[in-house]
Amino acid sequence: MKLPDLAELAVRNLRESVLRNSLTTLGISVGVASLVAMLSLGIGLQQLASRRLMKSGLFDTVVVSSRRDLRNFNRDQERTGPAPGESRILDEPTRQEIEHMPNVLEADPDIRFITELRFEDKPHLTMVAALPASAQSTDAFDALEGHFFSSDTAPEVVIQKSFAAELLGKTAKSGDDETKVPTLAAPLLGKELTMRYAQRATSQSSASIVAGDHPTSDQDLAGAAYSVVSREIKLKIVGVADLDPESMRGPTRARVFLPLKLAEGLHVMQPTDLREISRAASDQPVYSSVNVRVRNPSQVQTVEDGIKKMGFNTFSILDASRSIQQFFKVLDVFLGIFGSLALAVAFIGIVNTLVMAILERRREIGIMKAIGASDGDVKRLFFAEAGAMGILGGIVGVALGWGLGQVINLGTNVYLRRQSFPPEHFWSVPWWLVAFAILFSLVVSLAAGLYPAGRAARLDPVEALRYE
Amino acid sequence: MSSANHAPPNNPPAIRTDELCRHYRMGETVIRAVDGVTLEVGAGEFVALLGSSGSGKSSVLNLIAGLDRPTSGKVMVHDRNLAELSREELARYRLHTVGMVFQSFNLIPTMNLVENVELPMRFAEIERGKRDNLAREALRRVGLKTRMNHRPNELSGGEQQRAALARALINRPQLLLADEPTGNLDSHTGTEILNLVGEFNQQLGMTVVMVTHERALAERYAQRLIFLADGKLVGDDRNPALVSSGRAEERR
Repeated sequence: MKLPDLAELAVRNLRESVLRNSLTTLGISVGVASLVAMLSLGIGLQQLASRRLMKSGLFDTVVVSSRRDLRNFNRDQERTGPAPGESRILDEPTRQEIEHMPNVLEADPDIRFITELRFEDKPHLTMVAALPASAQSTDAFDALEGHFFSSDTAPEVVIQKSFAAELLGKTAKSGDDETKVPTLAAPLLGKELTMRYAQRATSQSSASIVAGDHPTSDQDLAGAAYSVVSREIKLKIVGVADLDPESMRGPTRARVFLPLKLAEGLHVMQPTDLREISRAASDQPVYSSVNVRVRNPSQVQTVEDGIKKMGFNTFSILDASRSIQQFFKVLDVFLGIFGSLALAVAFIGIVNTLVMAILERRREIGIMKAIGASDGDVKRLFFAEAGAMGILGGIVGVALGWGLGQVINLGTNVYLRRQSFPPEHFWSVPWWLVAFAILFSLVVSLAAGLYPAGRAARLDPVEALRYE
Repeated sequence: MSSANHAPPNNPPAIRTDELCRHYRMGETVIRAVDGVTLEVGAGEFVALLGSSGSGKSSVLNLIAGLDRPTSGKVMVHDRNLAELSREELARYRLHTVGMVFQSFNLIPTMNLVENVELPMRFAEIERGKRDNLAREALRRVGLKTRMNHRPNELSGGEQQRAALARALINRPQLLLADEPTGNLDSHTGTEILNLVGEFNQQLGMTVVMVTHERALAERYAQRLIFLADGKLVGDDRNPALVSSGRAEERR
């Protein structure tokens, strides 16, 4: 029998006992829906987690420091490679070289210094750090009150909430609820801070060397001279951040942030300057460390190896994102197994319905055989009926599962909003899951039809026709 | 149209059975439904198989129809031994060579008449576009022009049997096998059906084997009567030695 005929007969047979077949199909739908619901929850949670991880900026960053820098991250790195005294200097050309490496998004110098900030004539001493424009997208600024720097050179600052509290003279008592950022920000936004800092100015003699073509290192040494000038700059407070954008940094973390280009232009005296006086005498800045942002966390290792070959120390949080992905794969499998349980019940439902149908349609099968249907025709007909229930159940099930997901997502977001958390989209039904669910439903139904179809095909027509 | 007026046909045999046996095992006992039947039916012959219930006449018919397989012996139809065919080949044989009608009509209750008649053509994979016309033509021919879109349970027994005849003939078989075709019909309707069968036999040269226990009808329509009792051949018009005992059997 040809496929269109099979399909037509199957559908008309299903319509003949419409209640029983609809209930069976509904059983499949519920199974598929639970599978879709479980898997899309798993996928959604995974996407949410990786979105969060990416935004944290922890897993796509390599911190590069000169081997000359005594603050080494890793003792192994100290022992291998060239001796600190002979290794390369982490200066502007090196930074550019790193920035042009494959898979590197940007390489920003790490500028930080401890200095005095005056607010309403009271001095406050704290760590100040420069932030590149890309830092805006990290989750630290999700709950930013005010706004991020209007440009990379604007004389503006974003302050961390603990510093905001200090400026306002509020000290957090232990056990107290933390003060909310908006309350802290209201009296501070738009106000000015005066920052005092030590500017490193190049002396006249070295400037003349810079004007020359290519100064040799001998000339560098000869012309090494700096003057240090005390300066002041007025900075406008534009934002108060809740989270700490540098939570990794521990003791050296900053509480006041400047735009990167502005900070570079200030030529603030850095600890490394003193150390490098004897070597890098030109006006080229030298950095204590450079933060390298990599396109994708999976490329961190390659980039890190490349930078190490250049003769620098590196630091990154490796593998963390990979093991988190592995966790989610396992979670998906478990959710999938739970989802499949309902489908297993549906499987038995299909077998039951079809076996019942054979008993009921014994005579019909006998007639079909008597007028020339082959075993294969009968088998295929029952298969087609199982398959039709499977496809229909799959489609309805995906719709049900999707709807269920939307409802749960909505409900959870209402809850999150009440708890004053931002809404999250943790439910995702990708197209491949839709296709997979319908296909899986079809396969399960066909497998369920295997036994009944075989039984129907083997039916003895003489027996079947005798049966009244 | 009496059987006595017909000379024995000298065509080559359409059906030939040789020591045909069909035994069933029921627990310890063996039931010999067909027990060594040897007969020949010529092409274009109209043969009636007579006998009381349990005589094995329906079993012989099922063996000729390829619905059942012999325990031993041969069933040759157009020189093919049905016992040697595969299940698939038997299905094709039933589809193309045999048309069957039954006492209880055996139309599919969920399909209307056109769909019922169309069904064998679906199995024969005849083009979709042609089927509807062929089915309607066949139903017109058996006088069911106005009933085509009715389901079997909306029709009288006679109408159902006409539809069954139309279905049996739709794939132009060479054999028409009828198992008590008039058993559920009143005598008037039964006569109508057998008139149709007779027409097909004469006009299309179709070989007809009809199982019946109504001797009067058989004598009126069939060219030859064969009597069975306890699975054995006990009488044959063309074999006078058997006729007397067969007739004795019937009269008893």
